[in-house]
Amino acid sequence: MVAAQILQYVLSGIATGSIYAIVGIGFNVVYNSTGIINFAQGEFLMLGGMIAVSLQGFLPLPLAIAAAIAATGLVGVLVQLVFLSWLKKPEMLRMIVITIGLSILIREAALHVWDEKVHALRFWTGDETSSLSLAGARISPQVIWVLAVSGLMVAALTLFFRFTVTGKAMRACASNTAAARLCGIRASSLVTLSFFIAAAMGALAGCVVSPITQTQYDMGTSLAVKGFTCAVLGGLGSVGAAVAAGVLVGVLESASISVLPLAYKDVVALTIMLAILLLRPQGLFAAIGRRPGLLGARQDSRR
Amino acid sequence: MTAGTRNVPLLLVAAVVVGTQVILSALKADFYLTQLTMAAWYTLLALGLCLLMGYAGQVSLGHAGFFAIGGYTAAIVSTAGLAPWLSIPAAVAVTAVVAIVVGVPVLRLKGHYLAMATLAFGFIVSRIILGTPFFGQADGLSDIPAYPLLAGLAISGRRALRVQNFYLAWFVVLVGLILALNLVRSRAGRALRAIHGDEEAAAACGIDVARHKLAAFVLSAVYAGLAGACLTHFNGGIGPSEAGIMKSVRYVALVAAGGMANLWGTLAVSASLTFLSLRGVFGLFDDAVFGGLLVAIMLFAPNGVFGLLRGRHLLPTRVRARRDP
Amino acid sequence: MSDVLLSAQGLHHWFGGLHVINGVDFRCARAAVTAIIGPNGAGKTTLFNLISGCLSPASGSITFDGKAIAGLPAHRIAGLGVSRTFQASHLFPGMTVLENVMVGRHLRIREGFLRDMGGRVFSGREETRALQACMEILDGLGIAGLAQQEARDLPFGRQRVVELARALASEPKLLLLDEPACGLNPNETDEMADSIVRIKGRGITILIVEHDMSLVMGISDHVVVLSYGSVIAEGAPREIQANEEVVSVYLGADTTWD
Repeated sequence: MVAAQILQYVLSGIATGSIYAIVGIGFNVVYNSTGIINFAQGEFLMLGGMIAVSLQGFLPLPLAIAAAIAATGLVGVLVQLVFLSWLKKPEMLRMIVITIGLSILIREAALHVWDEKVHALRFWTGDETSSLSLAGARISPQVIWVLAVSGLMVAALTLFFRFTVTGKAMRACASNTAAARLCGIRASSLVTLSFFIAAAMGALAGCVVSPITQTQYDMGTSLAVKGFTCAVLGGLGSVGAAVAAGVLVGVLESASISVLPLAYKDVVALTIMLAILLLRPQGLFAAIGRRPGLLGARQDSRR
Repeated sequence: MTAGTRNVPLLLVAAVVVGTQVILSALKADFYLTQLTMAAWYTLLALGLCLLMGYAGQVSLGHAGFFAIGGYTAAIVSTAGLAPWLSIPAAVAVTAVVAIVVGVPVLRLKGHYLAMATLAFGFIVSRIILGTPFFGQADGLSDIPAYPLLAGLAISGRRALRVQNFYLAWFVVLVGLILALNLVRSRAGRALRAIHGDEEAAAACGIDVARHKLAAFVLSAVYAGLAGACLTHFNGGIGPSEAGIMKSVRYVALVAAGGMANLWGTLAVSASLTFLSLRGVFGLFDDAVFGGLLVAIMLFAPNGVFGLLRGRHLLPTRVRARRDP
Repeated sequence: MSDVLLSAQGLHHWFGGLHVINGVDFRCARAAVTAIIGPNGAGKTTLFNLISGCLSPASGSITFDGKAIAGLPAHRIAGLGVSRTFQASHLFPGMTVLENVMVGRHLRIREGFLRDMGGRVFSGREETRALQACMEILDGLGIAGLAQQEARDLPFGRQRVVELARALASEPKLLLLDEPACGLNPNETDEMADSIVRIKGRGITILIVEHDMSLVMGISDHVVVLSYGSVIAEGAPREIQANEEVVSVYLGADTTWD
């Protein structure tokens, strides 16, 4: 029985962790192509879930989700075009503060468009009582969906960046914008594209997790903080690193329930973030010699 | 600005404070005094944050955490059956200790790293409060007694003491402002501004950068904790939202809108916007207003904000060199 | 009181895999001007950073006025009597020339965060004394008229003089000058040379990194030649000028890294 319980914790930890990883990857995608830390990333999950919930009464679920993804992607694009596109070489700190402000505006708008209540999307298969049995652990099929969707998104993104022309162009822009421009790559449209991708991914993640964790107008902030933790932990070096970091955070959080009161669960991710910032700002997985990640740790022994 | 020119604005502020009270009482509208008193306590926090962010150049996205630590400590100590005067000194002491413990590691970080770490701090405080029954969880703590001072005066929300509390709060703010102004014009203030401008050069001039940053951090935390404690006694209670990121962001917006390294600006902006917010003028858009304010300032006026102090000369303009004997 | 104010033994330092300081030994005599010269990338500024405490040497020792200072934090070393200027302008933004120099005076003004909050009542006299001392320094360098100007707004040549003033404000025993003539026109360079000689006349020991050979040869008592992180020659200016290895290092040198 204990083994099954542990498996349950681990699986649910991996599931929530994969959501955090998706948020972290969203940070990555935008950061790598623009140098911007978009704190509003968490809001994209919230918007995706909320929009899908509103539409689920009128459309079949897959269409509702598709519409939510498209709409949220559009929001992401608008945010970038209206607020961020005309800033030249902004400092990291200013970016963070601006996007924190933007995330507040988005969530307040959501509060007014919807309300402060908790909403939930229909379960993709079955309902809240269905459960599968996996090696003695009982888990909801939705958890499998979360893992599957997250896994697919990570795979799709990795393929996109590795093998498509646009994806490679985005990576080129990230390493060296000037050189990329010289090769004829239009940096500004790639930036907009990166915001679209990050927002769309966030929306899909928000839809898949909504049946389990529910969707509420203010869920974005803590997701953003935890996603940022994954981004930092993974060193923003690769999509895979963010996934590993996400799983780590998710599992630790899940495991902490057995030791700490439930209400302190959120503190776990935050404490991890603090620890990483203080002890190893380049992240656990940052490769030496790669472009310094989010926090650009310096290599020399300067105090 | 010599001492003479500094005193004039202070007298002006004092005059405005007195004038406001006289006019409101005459108009039989002294219920406004309650929100003005609350605005004063929040302004005290803003002044401390202005010292930290504008002058020392250290960003804190979690200052509401210190406000809450001060408030909750005062609440708990004053209902623990101890001497009634103990709550505020205890609140200040606890806040200072937490600020030192947090500050020593965290202030080694710079720029956006520091911002995220302070964000995490504020979040952690908020979550701990929400999750602990002893702190009242989501309901907060209430039935907090008034804080007794001399001669029948007390920090309390009672109608009979409304005018006194108004003056008391603004008096404390003025004292806080004077101390801050003194600091900025002094050796320590120059050291902080130097650290903000160029840490390496500051260290080369013999400034102990870490110690000064910590001092500024703790000082600003103490301002916040004191404000939290006093407001808790005034309101008779405190809730977990006081520690939240919404509040922290609000305080940053106030300091930024005031001009970042501008104590007078921070005073004016904080007093007015906080008062309006407390009156409910922004209605349901309260948080949105401050979020929008922050975005607008950061987008359009970042240099006067996170950048340099332009054109502020804090030394006497006429100094003659002594000739060598 | 020994003749040697500053000495370094067996200094080594790496930047990543690059061995930037490779076994450096040298000495600075008291109240003398010692110059460190060498091609770009030889490690001169790194050496300064090691001495002033901005960097901590990987190995080796540095002795200043009888005390071991390698690895001490920069502000402690400054407190012992070492002052420095920087190659690029490191004047404090948003502060006037006088304010910049007042920061330089930091160590000579009585301290106390709480005291400072008390205002003029407690620190008024200290502040006035400090202001007068700073104005004298500015006067001595001929820039007293610039006292109220924004330091960063001045032309680069003037900024270098302000940096010098700031470094002097702490009344140091050892003054480290990192390319003080960098960016100066010939007139300004001559003024700088005069100032340095006058400073030396007041008994302050000077260690200077410079590319301008006429300046170096004109005012130095002792010259140390650095190349690829090692000392390749040391001696009086005339000897160094005649040294064949030094000549070839300068004329034949390939700048591969900086």
